[in-house]
Amino acid sequence: MSHHLVEFENVRFRYPDGTEALKGASFRITHGESVGIIGANGAGKSTLLMQMNGYMLPSAGTVTIGDLQLTKKTRPEIRKKVGVVFQNPDDQLFMPTVHDDVAFGPLNLGMHAEKVQERVLTALRTVGCLDLREKPPHRLSGGQKRAVSIATVIAMDPDILVMDEPSSNLDPKSRRYLMNLLKKFEHTKIVAAHDLDFILEVCRRCLVIHDGRIVADGPAGEILTDQSLLEENNLELPLSLQSRSVPESVVARFDRRQVPE
Amino acid sequence: MTMAFDREYFHLGVLDLLSRRDTCVHRLDPRTKVIATLLFIVTVVSFPKYEIMGLLPFLLFPVLVFGLGDIPVWLILKKVLLVSPFAAFIGIFNPVFDTEPMVTVSGIAVSGGWISFLSVMLRFLLTMTSVLLLIATTSFPGICHALRRLGMPELFTSQLLFLYRYLFVLVEEGMRMVRARDMRSFRGKGQDVRVFVSLVGTLFLRTMERAERIYHAMLSRGFTGSMRFVRTVRFRATDLALLAAVAAVLYAFRVYDIVGAVGRQTERMF
Repeated sequence: MSHHLVEFENVRFRYPDGTEALKGASFRITHGESVGIIGANGAGKSTLLMQMNGYMLPSAGTVTIGDLQLTKKTRPEIRKKVGVVFQNPDDQLFMPTVHDDVAFGPLNLGMHAEKVQERVLTALRTVGCLDLREKPPHRLSGGQKRAVSIATVIAMDPDILVMDEPSSNLDPKSRRYLMNLLKKFEHTKIVAAHDLDFILEVCRRCLVIHDGRIVADGPAGEILTDQSLLEENNLELPLSLQSRSVPESVVARFDRRQVPE
Repeated sequence: MTMAFDREYFHLGVLDLLSRRDTCVHRLDPRTKVIATLLFIVTVVSFPKYEIMGLLPFLLFPVLVFGLGDIPVWLILKKVLLVSPFAAFIGIFNPVFDTEPMVTVSGIAVSGGWISFLSVMLRFLLTMTSVLLLIATTSFPGICHALRRLGMPELFTSQLLFLYRYLFVLVEEGMRMVRARDMRSFRGKGQDVRVFVSLVGTLFLRTMERAERIYHAMLSRGFTGSMRFVRTVRFRATDLALLAAVAAVLYAFRVYDIVGAVGRQTERMF
């Protein structure tokens, strides 16, 4: 299915202040894939995500979503295909009530009121937030805000779901809930995160970005167990794969007993 | 200082919570309530400068709404008191400039200035209470939608809605910054105006950045310049009837001397 394709070809991006955040990124993501994007702070993850729905246009190279190349003209079409969930839910939820917020996208797509209503209810049910629909966003907890943010995007029925740090600021239970939720989605998923365990669990494939370039691309299971590759890029093994280290004082005492006279 | 700030912030949300109750006043179409409140305010303000007796019957309206809408009286009055200095400033010079005695109350001549001052305060109490009651029974977004339906330009209503949504976010952000400053300033150092100015400047820059991110989020979801809502509020026959009744009673209170009539009636009875 070529229309769910995400293809970056030698994409470069320079900010107005001269910083070159992307220095020729190339990759291809096909239908139904779940891809994690990892990299240190400032490696270019967020900039990369911003290219996906045309908030920023590449300075050089091409971005292709489905059969459309990203330009100023195709941008509105591309935004219908790519749903972005932002890092801070307070930026994502801008309407006075949860219901209005989830309805915002579908209404902009020009749907009828009944169809919109149906979309809103389905989306909120999917993320388990149906009871919150009349609440104003500032009365929600962090986890609820995140779930509603995802509902606002899936209500538009995008082909591709892009998420920036979905697990940040979540308590363990909300994080677990989100992981299970995402595993159920059949959309193409692209997730940028520092939470490597989250990626290990949710994504099949993983891209490592360093200094504006893609330095590794492969199955998440392989990349996230490659200690030297991760450490070269200012990352480390996912916590679940690190063996718990014994405190040094305990080791010292143990060693002293073993030392022969 | 910080504590007072925190406390005020929590009060900010109280009207918001009250507006989620479910009483016969809350259930009315927001448009009805907005129009009724406007009519009420215009009528109250239209009285001549020295009027006091004519204004008293209007207290009946807030009393009714307090009762039917199940709104705690003291909570609203406290808010009215909080802003009362502004009204007092408007009328405070009347007793100074207008010293002509107008009436004699048990042997003491009261000047026209004091009467008009009292009248200003009474009007302030009536109009302010009615507006706060409108918010407490309708919710801020409800009022915005009503205004939009009544023909207010969309630009204004969407600005108001954004204000409502981000007021809490902004206040919280400011509060965090003030807390961070207080924790690292000792013996008055770090509390001066210069630090405050840079604090406000930072808050402004952060707000700009946030605005940009919000706009990005709106564009991502197909925003093309107009805010759309699915709203199903119906203007029912009861709304129309109520509005007619309110208008009639307001008119009666404005034109007839109700207090005088009641007084004469009581005199005749005894």
